[in-house]
Amino acid sequence: MTTTLTRRLLASWLCLGLVGAAACGDDGGDDASTRTTGATASDLDGSITVFAAASLTDAFGEAGDAFTEAHPGVTVELNLAGSQALREQILAGAPADVFAAANTSNMDQVVDAGAADEPEVFARNSLEIAVPAGNPADVGGLDAFGDADLLIGLCAAEVPCGDFGREVLAAAGVTPAPDTEEPDVRSLLTKVAAGELDAGIVYRSDVLAAGVEVEGIEIPADVNVVADYPVATLTGSGEPEVAAAFVEFLLSDDGQAILESWGFDPA
Amino acid sequence: MTDRRRRGGSRPPWALVPLAAVTLVFLVVPFVALLQRAPWSSLGDRLTDPVVTEALRLSLVSAFAATGLSLVGGVPLAWMLARTDFPGRSLVRAVVILPMVLPPVVGGAALLFAFGRRGLLGGPVYDGTGFLLPFSIWGVIAANTFVALPFLVVTVEAGLRGADRRYEDAAATLGASRWTVFRRVTLPMATPSIVAGAVLCWARALGEFGATVTFAGNLQGRTQTMPLAVFLALESDREAAIALSLVLVAVSLAVLVPLRDRWLAG
Repeated sequence: MTTTLTRRLLASWLCLGLVGAAACGDDGGDDASTRTTGATASDLDGSITVFAAASLTDAFGEAGDAFTEAHPGVTVELNLAGSQALREQILAGAPADVFAAANTSNMDQVVDAGAADEPEVFARNSLEIAVPAGNPADVGGLDAFGDADLLIGLCAAEVPCGDFGREVLAAAGVTPAPDTEEPDVRSLLTKVAAGELDAGIVYRSDVLAAGVEVEGIEIPADVNVVADYPVATLTGSGEPEVAAAFVEFLLSDDGQAILESWGFDPA
Repeated sequence: MTDRRRRGGSRPPWALVPLAAVTLVFLVVPFVALLQRAPWSSLGDRLTDPVVTEALRLSLVSAFAATGLSLVGGVPLAWMLARTDFPGRSLVRAVVILPMVLPPVVGGAALLFAFGRRGLLGGPVYDGTGFLLPFSIWGVIAANTFVALPFLVVTVEAGLRGADRRYEDAAATLGASRWTVFRRVTLPMATPSIVAGAVLCWARALGEFGATVTFAGNLQGRTQTMPLAVFLALESDREAAIALSLVLVAVSLAVLVPLRDRWLAG
């Protein structure tokens, strides 16, 4: 009991502290561990909270809109943060219905804890070098990341984009000399877009989402890393039917088309 | 005698006691919960980890530096707000309080647009001298100061407004220069509020996260303060995050507890 209580406290603290109160949905967690399936798409209604990796911000914004358009009785709330922050929130008992992560290890930990159903890969994302528009520092490729004279950013090693970025650099034989290790990919991208960093390694989808302020430089396929994005419904969901329908939508042709338009590769 | 009449002996109105007790419980329980979750057995190893020692050093240096800067710049500003009358004073006061209202991440972005390499002021400075605030400890100090300064200014202004101006008038009448009045009369009278303001300012700076990471970035040994280290530890290892938080709590208590009596005594 005490543990549950502290978990709940930790969950609300995380919600308030990390993503802002508005991003946290209503509490609906306790009473719905049984799942019913086989509902037809047309009679869906209810509200779901989708915990999604920060790199999915734009794609899930559009996917959520398309999903609610198809099911007018449904509302989708998005809680967007680093996959590991979301994982912590879910493990601490945060009320959520769907979890979409930017790597498999965070998903696996949630599955192992019994908090998520069987995950499915719904998208893939490769990495790209992001430079400010016009590439003012003339970054040519991965070599720039070993240049101490340039202002270089990576994601922190603790988050997936930092993990993958280091993997890419190791494969290319470059020892990175970063000036900052950002806690998530969006904050890295913000600094590149503002021209405060000369280059950073981010997801291809992020370069696309950043628009005209950022240019992408492709990373050769032989050293590039492709990240699998898994999605799963959560066992604590109060709306398991709606949650399952949302996952199904992501895997449908319509869902995949939206993801592709935001720079993701199909599952 | 005076002392006793001022602080001891008086019994509070009974209605205040339960309210005060409830408030205290509300404040203390989260810390008890944190202690309960602490990884006591591995605490020693975790605390000597260079990630922790470097983050702690950076946190202390930047929090004290921000407090020092806030004192040097904030006390004159508080004096201007409390003692002089100029057009737009309430607007100035509102602007001073703004960093308290602004989400720190937004404050950090604003700092970046102002003092970054391509910033309003930072751009020309960087082009001329090559000096850059972001991604250095100077950036951490700047972010801490921006966020913590209002706490000092607001507290000191309130203290100055509460002080009896007749002492200043008397000193001036007796021939003291305006600088002497400020130094020998105003400052001593405002000392309790200055100390209280400095403590608030320091505490706010020590816990600063959003503005720091947005403006100065995050690099172990250069810009990674304790709150940033806690945040990243939370991503991979919750126990490490709790251990780091405990260090922050312990350091704060070590500074705040001895200070308390002196600051109340003024």
